[in-house]
Amino acid sequence: MKLDLILRVGAKLMLPFILIFAPYVHFHGDYGPGGGFQAGVIIAAAFILYAIIFGLDAARHIAPQGLVERLVPLGVLIYAAAGLPAMLTGQGRYLDYGIFGHDFLHAHEWGILIVETGVITTVASTMLAIFYAFADRGRQ
Amino acid sequence: MTGWEVIADHYNYYVTIFLMVAGLYIVIARGNMIKKLVGLGLFQTSVYLLYLSPGRIIGGTAPIIDERFSVYSNPLPHVLMLTAIVVGVATLAVGLALVVRISEEYGTIDEDEIFAKDEDQ
Amino acid sequence: MVSFIQGVLLTLLAAVTIAIVRQRNLFGVVILAGIYSFLMASVMIVLDAVDVAMTEASVGAGISTVVLLAALYLTGSREYPSAHTAAVPLFVSAVTAVALIWGTNELPRFGLADAPIHRHVAPSYLEASAKHEMPPNVVTAVLADFRGYDTLGETTVIFTGGVGVMLLLRGRRKRLKSGKEGKEGRA
Repeated sequence: MKLDLILRVGAKLMLPFILIFAPYVHFHGDYGPGGGFQAGVIIAAAFILYAIIFGLDAARHIAPQGLVERLVPLGVLIYAAAGLPAMLTGQGRYLDYGIFGHDFLHAHEWGILIVETGVITTVASTMLAIFYAFADRGRQ
Repeated sequence: MTGWEVIADHYNYYVTIFLMVAGLYIVIARGNMIKKLVGLGLFQTSVYLLYLSPGRIIGGTAPIIDERFSVYSNPLPHVLMLTAIVVGVATLAVGLALVVRISEEYGTIDEDEIFAKDEDQ
Repeated sequence: MVSFIQGVLLTLLAAVTIAIVRQRNLFGVVILAGIYSFLMASVMIVLDAVDVAMTEASVGAGISTVVLLAALYLTGSREYPSAHTAAVPLFVSAVTAVALIWGTNELPRFGLADAPIHRHVAPSYLEASAKHEMPPNVVTAVLADFRGYDTLGETTVIFTGGVGVMLLLRGRRKRLKSGKEGKEGRA
């Protein structure tokens, strides 16, 4: 597999577009179809494609397994923490976004973006961690 | 209403039920555990269809607000199913991990052979 | 009434399902499941659920195919015919199908704007977005804002699933059976 020129060049051509498409889906989720869930899966798909074509070790070099597995709980923590400012300052209840900006729409767009960042982190790292776990088992 | 109109109005539901029942059949009748998980997946996707079909309005459009449109599909089923799909793949992975461990332990993923080996012990 | 293209896509979906049930080679089953997911994504676009279609295309046809193939590599790809007869499962499935189809008679017709589902909370979501209080994509607004608690729960479930897979598959492979027998032998 490692010597297959067409697959390697094809993957190299596709990877940058996949990696740019993911943030587009993430940040454009307010205005078009998309959001954290889809973008997270697209990022994970890019890394899985890289791992399948160039080998598991090369993928581990750019996305270390320990880092990926630490990102899984980090995303949930980002999401859970996004609710705290409003509650702690007494300006609202848990997961009220009013505190993130002066204008109502502006504040809620920021709140949604922070929450979606938590979602994208957890989804992308979970999918990649699952792939690593299965691929590792196959090599033993 | 003639019979054809009834069928055309409920065709979504009929296909949903067919997918659901096919998934149920695979889960009951087939012994291979990966096949069973694919069957569970069929069952799950039929539920997506069950939620999304009533949310559509004929003449409406996707729920992204624009001045040119006034009728939108119901966004709530979309939200519920969107998260359900991603949760579904996480639970599928847990199921497959269990299958892999069973295969390492028993040397087979066929239900009947596993029961036979359990009785032998 | 369903549109022509929707009817065709749903019929194709049912045909692929029959193929999945009959196929004995599990490799074939996984590829058919990928086709099924793409057809399902097309049906979702026809049903105006663009966000869901995007998720189904990337998750159902992408990630779950990869995970299923990885599991097949670890277990083997041949399904053997069951020793039991298929009569009981067929009977159970047929009875369930008839009961459910009987139940659809009471459901509202497809695509009507005054169906009960459109009267409860959805109009308030759409109004809030239309008054420029929320981002234009109502699905994102409902997902992350109106129903933020739900999504926090779903994210936690994904986290739990990931931790479950890691607990089951990480660490060295050991021969549990020989260890157990050794322990019993000593006792």
